[in-house]
Amino acid sequence: MDIRKIKEFLGINSLRLAVFISILFLFLFLFLIFSKGAKMVSFSFLTQPPKDGMTKGGIFPAIIGTLYLTILSVLLAFPIGVLSSIYLVEYAKDSPLVTTIRIAIGTLAGVPSIIFGLFGLAIFVIKFGLGVSILSGSLTLGIMILPLIIKASEEAIKAVPDSFREASYALGATKRQTIMKVVIPTAIPSILTGAIMSIGRAAGETAPILFTAATFYTRRLPKSIFDEVMALPYHIYALMTEGTDPEYQVPIAYGTAVVLLALVLIISSVSIIIRYRMRRKKKW
Amino acid sequence: MVKNGLKVENLDLWFGEKQILKDISFSIPNKKITAIIGPSGCGKTTLLRCFNRMNDMAENVKIKGKIILDGNNIYGERLNLYSLRMKIGMVFQRPNPFPKSIFENVAFGLRIKGLKDKNKLLRIVEKSLKDAWLWNEVKDRLSSSAMELSGGQQQRLCIARALATNPEVILFDEPTSALDPQSTTKIEELIVELKNNVTVLQVTHNIGQAARISDYTAFLYLGELVEFDTTEKLFTVPKDKRTEEYLGGKFG
Repeated sequence: MDIRKIKEFLGINSLRLAVFISILFLFLFLFLIFSKGAKMVSFSFLTQPPKDGMTKGGIFPAIIGTLYLTILSVLLAFPIGVLSSIYLVEYAKDSPLVTTIRIAIGTLAGVPSIIFGLFGLAIFVIKFGLGVSILSGSLTLGIMILPLIIKASEEAIKAVPDSFREASYALGATKRQTIMKVVIPTAIPSILTGAIMSIGRAAGETAPILFTAATFYTRRLPKSIFDEVMALPYHIYALMTEGTDPEYQVPIAYGTAVVLLALVLIISSVSIIIRYRMRRKKKW
Repeated sequence: MVKNGLKVENLDLWFGEKQILKDISFSIPNKKITAIIGPSGCGKTTLLRCFNRMNDMAENVKIKGKIILDGNNIYGERLNLYSLRMKIGMVFQRPNPFPKSIFENVAFGLRIKGLKDKNKLLRIVEKSLKDAWLWNEVKDRLSSSAMELSGGQQQRLCIARALATNPEVILFDEPTSALDPQSTTKIEELIVELKNNVTVLQVTHNIGQAARISDYTAFLYLGELVEFDTTEKLFTVPKDKRTEEYLGGKFG
């Protein structure tokens, strides 16, 4: 056979193999988690607090805790992130300072999440005296997702064609009007997608809330953002490392994993749907 | 030649070290179509963008000389850039409607001026769309996205958008170069009609188009204004050898 045909054959099939391996592990992963955890998930599992030393009952306080932490952290980080990205793209000139800021943001995005946890403990919990609380945890998570939101928004704003900006200026718009009425409305689907992806990240992280917000066990729901809470990822961690009765607690951990996974999948699909619907209206 | 209206006096423009426009002076006749022609890179688009100061946004740009609109230098210190751009509208090479509804596209200039009155907005949008020969095609779907229109319709929408703020002058930067022949004909006819109300200044590298629709033509070569005259004279008895050679297709 022709040597070039053999190379062609090997080339395409090594690509196929790579894709196959990726998908294989993805399915294996989903299968394992769901087969071990899906049978635990029931209405009472979702709506009851843990009972009998966390060997029975549900995970309701952890679901609520994770919702609180996630929503608050995104509410804190989203406006700051979007405003920063507007400044960086539309106003900042290419100076050494701005380059440094960009590098700093990029680096922040790569910092291991446990470091954010330590930082949150030192600053929010101790220095600001906020204690182990939803607020401390959300601030820590917020700082962690801030670079993600900035990066996503920057890309979204950069993707707005300059011809739109020119058209706006040529009609007598100021820079502020151009940004508010043309650039942001055009970029908003992608900005929102970035924000929603960061929700998934915030919901799933354990390390940043380990020392700042999460508690091993509480039956009661938080009354304010100054209370500590249970959270889904930390609940899994706690059951697997500090549990005293693995026979009952390990299945609960897998059940919790299913719920967390489902939560993140739902959030991702919402972001995909939003993006799809907004993009369909705005082609250019 | 012309008292009020638009006049260029000794205009020089540099991008960095490179001089793009060299000592350009001419008057643009009121309510006529003036075409600026010349080979690629001769500075014709740059010249056009001087009239609404779109070059100001570029970095390292230096401009000397005057452009006078109704007796005021638009490069003067007391000029309000934003109202200048309402008086001198612009239509670009590629149709660039905003990803908004047809209505919102046309209403854009009025909204940024602060006009809120719904009825007034509606009236001006309708008039502008009629003046741009688009009303009949879109009157039933003003709230649908401008992105759904064809290229030629989008360009007419951009013309309507520029008309909405009631400009004295409209600058066209090769408005048909991205369009098919049928849409081109329609835009050309529309531009001829527009001169009843506004002064039209148009850049084109399509010599035929300049000959068909313009009343006056300026020939620009390597940043210099070689010749400016009525289109009829410039095309039939050009004074300068370079004009003659360009029109004869010796270089392009």
